[in-house]
Amino acid sequence: MVRVSDEVRRLRKRFEARAEESQIWDAVQLARHPDRPYTLDYAERLFSDAFELRGDRAFSDDEALITMLARYHGQTVVAIGHQKGRDLAERTRRMFGMPHPEGYRKAIRAVELAERFGYPILTFVDTPGAYPGVKAEERGQAGMIARSVLAFCQASVPVVATVIGEGGSGGALAIAVADRVQMQENAIYSVISPEGCAAILWKDAGQAKKAAFAFRPTARACLDLGVIDTIVDEPGGGAHADLDASARLLDTALRQSLAEAEAIPPAQRRALRRAKFRAMGVWGVADEPTNQDF
Amino acid sequence: MTPIEVNVERTAGDEGGGRRHPNTCPSCRSHFRDDELRHSLRVCAQCGHHFAVGAMERIEQMLDPGSFVEIGSELRAADPLAFVDLRPYTDRLLDAELATGLGDSLVAGSGQIVGRPTAVAVMDFAFMGGSMGSVLGERFCLAADLAVARRIPLISVTASGGARMQENILALMQMAKTVGAVDSLREVGVPYISVLAHPTTGGVIASFASLGDVVVAEPGALLSFAGPRVVEQTTGEKTAPDFGRSESNLRLGQLDAVVPRRELRGELAKLLVLFSPAEEEPTGDNEPLPQTGSDENPVDRVLGMFGLGRKRG
Repeated sequence: MVRVSDEVRRLRKRFEARAEESQIWDAVQLARHPDRPYTLDYAERLFSDAFELRGDRAFSDDEALITMLARYHGQTVVAIGHQKGRDLAERTRRMFGMPHPEGYRKAIRAVELAERFGYPILTFVDTPGAYPGVKAEERGQAGMIARSVLAFCQASVPVVATVIGEGGSGGALAIAVADRVQMQENAIYSVISPEGCAAILWKDAGQAKKAAFAFRPTARACLDLGVIDTIVDEPGGGAHADLDASARLLDTALRQSLAEAEAIPPAQRRALRRAKFRAMGVWGVADEPTNQDF
Repeated sequence: MTPIEVNVERTAGDEGGGRRHPNTCPSCRSHFRDDELRHSLRVCAQCGHHFAVGAMERIEQMLDPGSFVEIGSELRAADPLAFVDLRPYTDRLLDAELATGLGDSLVAGSGQIVGRPTAVAVMDFAFMGGSMGSVLGERFCLAADLAVARRIPLISVTASGGARMQENILALMQMAKTVGAVDSLREVGVPYISVLAHPTTGGVIASFASLGDVVVAEPGALLSFAGPRVVEQTTGEKTAPDFGRSESNLRLGQLDAVVPRRELRGELAKLLVLFSPAEEEPTGDNEPLPQTGSDENPVDRVLGMFGLGRKRG
């Protein structure tokens, strides 16, 4: 005999799981939508004045990552963000928003500048990841990402990071260590792309959808895991549907988060930011410690 | 019909897609018993190839006998995402613990090198490819806390394929967490020495492992953010055979030294001397220096560099 109530409960559960799965895949696609607003689209709408700071003063100017001095609600801030390109020529020039080490060196330069003048730092995260090329490796990609993370750890000025599209791996984290971390509703943030995860764990990049469901790169999951502080609403249909509305929603959230970051006493910011990230992680405790007799 | 290969050493190699025995040298195909390898610090006696070393054996090689005290050994990975790929994450964890006897891919604690106290954080590649998850982050932080509290140096030895995908975003956050720990060392002026073993890649080399006050590597280790396969598949570029290897990293200015395993303990001892305060004259003259190729006490070697030989009792 089949009990109808049990069957209904089982089906409802399956529908709920399906709904979450389709929401996850929607976010992956919306985060990568070719019309999604990029850092410069928001800079145009949020800042009254802006001056782009170019070059790492050592090797070149990496256009995949932009830094600027900008005026935000009457005060000067340093803005740092990945920048994808809109058309093929610009995408090629900006390496699809994948920085080389010189991009991160430029970011460190901008953090140091902010630190000298006490300007708050606003970052906009939107990259598939740091560029995985031979030249990037030869010029110390890993070390420069590590140094950028360290520079953000050490800053005593307020820092607010917002994931506005793809928060891809270490290339994203390099500019995302902040007092307040926000994520747009349909942005994604993950340790590896769904395709990369599928290629390694499923041994088939075609299983990206499965990988995305398994590792849940969504804003909701990041909030639940304590990795971000705020989810920023997007207009119906996604951020690309209405750039102005999207910028207004981001502005509201950004002002709030910046006010919270500014309320932290400067002398405590470095320690509190470190404590914030120290608390991230989930683990258990074994009953009997092993290796005790080593 | 394929000809029968009569050279026993050659058939033991991994050519033709065959599986190689873990004690067969991948570069010269010499084969060793496990105790022979252990005795030679897992360095091939024929060609100098450096085999992988487990965390506990590495600690034995590096530290004074009996000086190691582990911390955070009770920590175990949780499964916050209830992650299942081809197998559940919890199954993989169980297998890894049974295979290595370790609770996770990093062992933290304190010990002494030639009588000098140091905190240590040593990775084991055999535990899920040395992947970095929440437990690794916490154990590294515990080692850093200990170094700060006792004002003793921290030495890490890394071997990792990168972040642990099964913990996704929390694994990524361990980069920020461990760099924060390095920052806490820098804040109080405690030295951090990073030893990179084969392979140190992905999130580990892009965080704490690159931030040592001194960074050294074992010979032939792959040290890169993206591995050669990822580079070739993503960019279509060809990678040279020495791509990302210790020796090219040294040439490109990413390392302070390439140190063969036989010299590692001696070099670390030397660095601990160099990082010690000036007024603290080293004692313990007759400390033997077991297990390394050098029979000269590194303390004496360093003092000798400055023309300051010590009297032998």
